[in-house]
Amino acid sequence: MRLFKIILGVAVVGILGFFGIKEIIADPVYFLELFLGGLTRGSIYALIALGYTMVYGIIQLINFAHGEIYMIGAMTALIVASVLGLWGWNSAVIVILAIVFAIVYSCAYGFTVEKIAYKPLRTAPRLSALISAIGMSLFLQNYVMLAQTSEFMPFESLIPDFKFWEPVAHIITAVEMTIIVTTIIVMILLGMLIKFTKIGKAMRATAQDKIMASLVGINVNRVISTTFVVGSATAAIGGVLIACHVGQVNFFIGFLAGLKAFIAAVLGGIGSVPGAVLGSLVLGISESMFTGYFWSEYEDVFAFSILVIILIFRPSGILGKDETSKV
Amino acid sequence: MVTKKEIKLSFVIALWFMVLTFPIMVIKVNTIKNIVIFRWENLLWTGIVCFFASLIWNYFLRMKEEKKKSDTKEDIPIVHRLLQNEKFKIPFLVAIGIFALVYPFVFSMYHTSILISALIYVMLGLGLNIVVGLAGLLDLGYVAFYAVGAYAYALLNLHFGISFWVVLPISALLGTIFGTLLGYPVLRLRGDYLAIVTLGFGEIIRIVLENWDELGNGPRGIGNIPAPSFFGHQFNQHNSVIYIYFIVIGLVLLTIFFVNRLENSRIGRAWIALRDDEIACQAMGIDKFKTKLTAFALGATWAALGGVVFAAKTSFINPMSFTIWESITILCVVVIGGMGSAIGVIAGALVLILLPEYLRAVAEYRMLVFGALQVIVMVFKPEGLIRSVRKIYKFEKIKE
Repeated sequence: MRLFKIILGVAVVGILGFFGIKEIIADPVYFLELFLGGLTRGSIYALIALGYTMVYGIIQLINFAHGEIYMIGAMTALIVASVLGLWGWNSAVIVILAIVFAIVYSCAYGFTVEKIAYKPLRTAPRLSALISAIGMSLFLQNYVMLAQTSEFMPFESLIPDFKFWEPVAHIITAVEMTIIVTTIIVMILLGMLIKFTKIGKAMRATAQDKIMASLVGINVNRVISTTFVVGSATAAIGGVLIACHVGQVNFFIGFLAGLKAFIAAVLGGIGSVPGAVLGSLVLGISESMFTGYFWSEYEDVFAFSILVIILIFRPSGILGKDETSKV
Repeated sequence: MVTKKEIKLSFVIALWFMVLTFPIMVIKVNTIKNIVIFRWENLLWTGIVCFFASLIWNYFLRMKEEKKKSDTKEDIPIVHRLLQNEKFKIPFLVAIGIFALVYPFVFSMYHTSILISALIYVMLGLGLNIVVGLAGLLDLGYVAFYAVGAYAYALLNLHFGISFWVVLPISALLGTIFGTLLGYPVLRLRGDYLAIVTLGFGEIIRIVLENWDELGNGPRGIGNIPAPSFFGHQFNQHNSVIYIYFIVIGLVLLTIFFVNRLENSRIGRAWIALRDDEIACQAMGIDKFKTKLTAFALGATWAALGGVVFAAKTSFINPMSFTIWESITILCVVVIGGMGSAIGVIAGALVLILLPEYLRAVAEYRMLVFGALQVIVMVFKPEGLIRSVRKIYKFEKIKE
């Protein structure tokens, strides 16, 4: 089995490497475009995947409603931006206010969803919490659809096409660059939050052992709420950014994006924050390469195939720890 | 009953929800005509509804807590207690039997047709119950096997003219084969990794069906699938619905019989043991992998059978019938009904499938209500509507 895995691995890498290098030499600009496009896509996945992986790390729940939080973030930004735009406010103010509102409202929704649908189920079987999450996801989707519209709403890009960016704009647009830079900043901030602050320490402790954490005086409920809020905030940023990138929003965007981000989180090893980022980048870049060089209609099949292949070789994801269960 | 403190709390919660839903409920943007409409009346309604909802919610939550504290002994769900009572059991089963027999003749074709779909879900739910409820493997790609069954019937009939009754065992076999093939590489994974990989496989099968035109016409699907025949006799449309209804009833009875026998068999007990504690189970000498694989393959078999009936009933299939939402609905049937309990799964399927059908009167709100109900049922009855009851072995003292 082991020998088989090694042979298969070498063969796949060899074939991909050979064709890869051939293609890169043939058309380096196209390759660069695909690579950067993949990086953008991966950054968005990473922003959403963080919420999944943090929540999973703490309460072992697949938060199905997370994609909807992301959608609500994008929706709120759209609504705020349109209202302020009609009132004739300054565009710079609109950008800031739209993003702030999106983040605040997403956080509030994340917090409320946790209180309603997950908190009463802390001690219940895990599948019950999963069904509750699915119900919440369905509810939020339909709530937005009924209160607003089921059609796609055009979303004017909040990020202007900077003048100084013109020379390289054909390879990577200003929006894509903004997405990548923002993601890097958010990642650094989040890493610092988890590593250096008191609440970050409490989060790590809760993830390791809830009962022990509460024994040393950590308010576990508050830590869980904070995790949901932080995860929702990153999802909201992702929502605004992707709405700028794609240019339209509707009530159903959260589902597929959430699914992909979840795959990315599992790919990297669910529960691990660096794993989620790495998994997202791997997924985003390889998807972009695949659609660029092969068939675009099998994009999703490819995403799932990568997942299956990686999990067969590393059953706990790329960076996940191999857990040995003890008696 | 309701304290002053609770009213105050509900008031605060109502205010919170009014703020929370403000941008989405009140403001309506029309980006094409560039107008904004403010619907202030929605704000008022949200406040009032949230106030009372919160009162009721907190009241029931408190009742649940108090109940948990007060009685420590397990209370058996009323349905199980009734079924254990011999005096009640036989008339009850006879009544259900008679009701099932006369149903298609009393009610219209529309109602029969809806009941057929619900009964198909009973089959699927019972099949998934083997995988999720008994063996404890979270399978989110169950619909893949359902699609295998449906496409097997449609394609075999289209190309070779094979009839329903011949396809039924073939597709069951195909389901088993697919289940084994898929289970073989993925069953080494644990818990949620397994869930996401099975979900992936489910989606892969759907997307392949959608894009592979030569196989099944892609998204246009396959039409004109014949209804099952009765020893060569083909019924007219009305009678064939009734006929399919009885076939499904027969299959459901068969499923219930099988699942019941399986549950109390050696392999069934091995599944339950494996679900509860893998290590202890392996220490008792149970082959973990083989046991899981059997559960997975058997679950797939029922899904394929359900797929054949589905194709025969609708006479048209396309990949849109096999989305991930279908898997999720079947999972909901199992969990909301009560994991591991066959009666629960049947009740779950009937509630979950019939409810949205009859909620069509409030068509646009039905999915909203459906989502909310899922949350509510899970919060107040986390173990499902009809909880499974562990078999208790009683030892009687031997007189010396």
